[in-house]
Amino acid sequence: MTTTTNNKSPNVGAIVIIAVAVALNLVLAVLMARWSYSWFPPQASSAAPYVDDLFALETGIGSFLWFGLTGVIGWTLLFNRAPKYDESYGEPIEGNNRLEITWTVIPTVIVFAIAIYSMQVNDKLDALGPKQKYALGTDPATVAAVDPRATVGPIDVIARQWSWEFIYPDGVRSSELHLPINQRVNFRLISEDVNHSFYVPAFRLKQDIIPGSVISYSLTPTREGRFRLRDAMFSGAYFSQNQTDVIVESDEAYSSWLKATAKQPLQPGLSPGSDLYAKRLANGDKGWATVPPAPAPLVNDPGDASIPHDA
Amino acid sequence: MTSTKFDPRILKAPHPVPGAPDNWKRFFSFNTDAKVIGIQYIATSLLFLLVGGLLAMIVRGELITPPADLVDPTVYNGLYTMHGTVMLFLFLFPVLNGLNNLLIPTMIGAPDMAFPRLNAAAFWLVPVFAVLLMGSFFLPGGPAQAGWWSYPPISIQNPMGLFFNGEQLWLLAVALSGISSIFGAINFVTTIVRMRAPGMGFFKMPLYCWTAWGAQIIQLIGLPALTGGAIMLLFDLSFGTSFFRPEGGGDPVLYQHFFWFYSHPAVYVMVLPVFGIFSEVFTCYARKPLFGYKFVALASFGIVFLSLIVWVHHMFYTGTPNWMRILFMFTTMTIAVPTGVKVFAWVATLWGGKLRLTTPMLFCLGGLINFIFAGITGVMLGTVPIDIHVGNTYFVVAHFHYVIFNAIVLGVFAAVYHWFPKFTGHMYYEGLGKLHFALTFIGCTLNWLPLHWAGLLGMPRRVASYDPEFAIWNVIASIGAFMLGVAAIPFILNMVSSWARGPQSPPNPWGAIGLEWLLPSPPPAENFEDDVPTVINNPYGYGLGEPQVADEEYYIRRAQEA
Repeated sequence: MTTTTNNKSPNVGAIVIIAVAVALNLVLAVLMARWSYSWFPPQASSAAPYVDDLFALETGIGSFLWFGLTGVIGWTLLFNRAPKYDESYGEPIEGNNRLEITWTVIPTVIVFAIAIYSMQVNDKLDALGPKQKYALGTDPATVAAVDPRATVGPIDVIARQWSWEFIYPDGVRSSELHLPINQRVNFRLISEDVNHSFYVPAFRLKQDIIPGSVISYSLTPTREGRFRLRDAMFSGAYFSQNQTDVIVESDEAYSSWLKATAKQPLQPGLSPGSDLYAKRLANGDKGWATVPPAPAPLVNDPGDASIPHDA
Repeated sequence: MTSTKFDPRILKAPHPVPGAPDNWKRFFSFNTDAKVIGIQYIATSLLFLLVGGLLAMIVRGELITPPADLVDPTVYNGLYTMHGTVMLFLFLFPVLNGLNNLLIPTMIGAPDMAFPRLNAAAFWLVPVFAVLLMGSFFLPGGPAQAGWWSYPPISIQNPMGLFFNGEQLWLLAVALSGISSIFGAINFVTTIVRMRAPGMGFFKMPLYCWTAWGAQIIQLIGLPALTGGAIMLLFDLSFGTSFFRPEGGGDPVLYQHFFWFYSHPAVYVMVLPVFGIFSEVFTCYARKPLFGYKFVALASFGIVFLSLIVWVHHMFYTGTPNWMRILFMFTTMTIAVPTGVKVFAWVATLWGGKLRLTTPMLFCLGGLINFIFAGITGVMLGTVPIDIHVGNTYFVVAHFHYVIFNAIVLGVFAAVYHWFPKFTGHMYYEGLGKLHFALTFIGCTLNWLPLHWAGLLGMPRRVASYDPEFAIWNVIASIGAFMLGVAAIPFILNMVSSWARGPQSPPNPWGAIGLEWLLPSPPPAENFEDDVPTVINNPYGYGLGEPQVADEEYYIRRAQEA
């Protein structure tokens, strides 16, 4: 049986060990938080730095908790093991109200602080505009996008099973999304078949596209390059192929691209699903049921899927 | 209130199979004995764990290389859909109902469940919807392919235009599963509230019963929403209604509310009993009382309440208005508090204990550190801006597998080992058990830890192919997944050989406290029959020297002599 020692004088050794452990854990947490920035694609929109900072904060707090608790559990595994054939009990402590209050109040404060900070970050992202319903089958162009602060757009983003089409305000159509750098651009997100999602990891932004609604969405690209746009809401057989690139370029490059493209005739754009479906039919239509892909959109600039993306 | 005045029909229930409880045929009959039903549930669900695991290994086989080269993408979509469905509706819910059947009556000293026939009916619905689900593999268009969320409009596209199709069978199966779970929930809640041993007030009730009670209340509140949503979706699919069909003026997002109103709390239906298992196992093998028993018990109901008001965090990027996102972010974050109370209590229970690292203890320790990790990624996902980036990526896949496999399933394995001697009457082999743990823990870490990074880099979930920059994380994950397949071998060997020829188990091989350990191993058909002990102390009095029940020596002797 263990005996309870009622030692009133503070145990200096224990305090030193705890202080060293907490200090080590803090260092570890800060290192993890700094390391977390390297887990993301490059920051290519005005939203990205805010998201990465919030994530680093959460990684730091989370690491401190996880290493701390795992450390305590590891300590018990090392020093609180019962010897073989020892059938005795540990010290029968049934609880401690002060501790219970501490570990209720402190986590409450932490999660509310994180939530308030997240709320501020969310205001900074400022991407989501109104979602307006319209009757599917009628022309969604009658639904106006609303973002007075956007200097570019509205660009219509039309997601299909399985292709992307982008229509610029002057009527130019493309399969890859071209954007000028450092300007707030507004999109009208449209789907005529199933749910899709407009997701550009380098922008840290994602918005589902819901058939029967036009969603107004805005963002500001901040880095030139070719970034992957991925459909992130499962959309059927060739869902994983429903990706294209976003090309962020200088203002001049963007306007000369618009001008040159406007002169191009309409031609079938990128439609990776169609190619795979054609292959499937050629191989005897094996596999489980799927709807046929929508016809490739007719665009002025079909883009080039063979160019590697930056992120 | 407590009562010993059981309905005499429970005690005098006729056994449908001659020679029961010794006749093996009772496991294949419409038996009303909770302990038979419990084993029926557990055996059936472990079989489907193998089926779901096999589906997962084909999925991970496809994902070991970037292009879709192992199976057609449509087949991949069907396989991952069925993997999720089988694991949730045919493995996890049934296995936990099996544990409820074994543990609730024995832990509270009841002879059986409150409604034995309803109990058997609930179990026998499982094979019915299992046949529907497995049968859908053989339909011309294949099984459902819309993911376990089954979001419209993709789920109601019905490409072949046939009336009978995989999605239809899937929806019928989910609706039947819901009905089965509601039957179960009515039974468990009634049993816990009405049939506790004399003296067992709610604050003398074991935590497994607290958590199972909370979980089953969630089932009663949430399941009607999911089952209703599934039936509406079935009507949209098969009978041309347009609840969710945008062409007919329906709203596809409405379905998402029906779905998540249940399916988020469903995670708590699964994790709460595992919290109960943690509380039982940590106290027993750390030889200490549970730290802050009342707080841990009440935190269960804090979780129950909060779990019902967080579902919109699955819909932060579906066009949900900003005020609603913020509101649900706050409720979601709050759930970390009662969960934290439990986690800190378990760690404090371990502190200064006399730890015995048996197989169930190892599974619970592994499950606990994984659960802490999953809780941290859960808070990350609960914050709107992070969720907007990592939602619907492999970060989410990694997070929920950390919850569902690395914590819940590890806890379930712990329970299977911990109570195996009690309900089979045989000891399991510790060496095989520890091998099972080692393979499982390493396998599940390799499988899901790397996928967090794939998600942060922007790899969407549910893809059959992916860009080459994600390859390294997926190779490691697939190796881990195959390791989990290997881990099944020592587990099956252990279960089968121990039950067949393991050493006889004494009534209380672990020196555990609890009414079930005062029964012989295996317990007789009606547990304590009409000689139910009177509970006088808290359930986790390790080292306090207080007997849990009056006349404890008498019950111990009785169990040993049986």
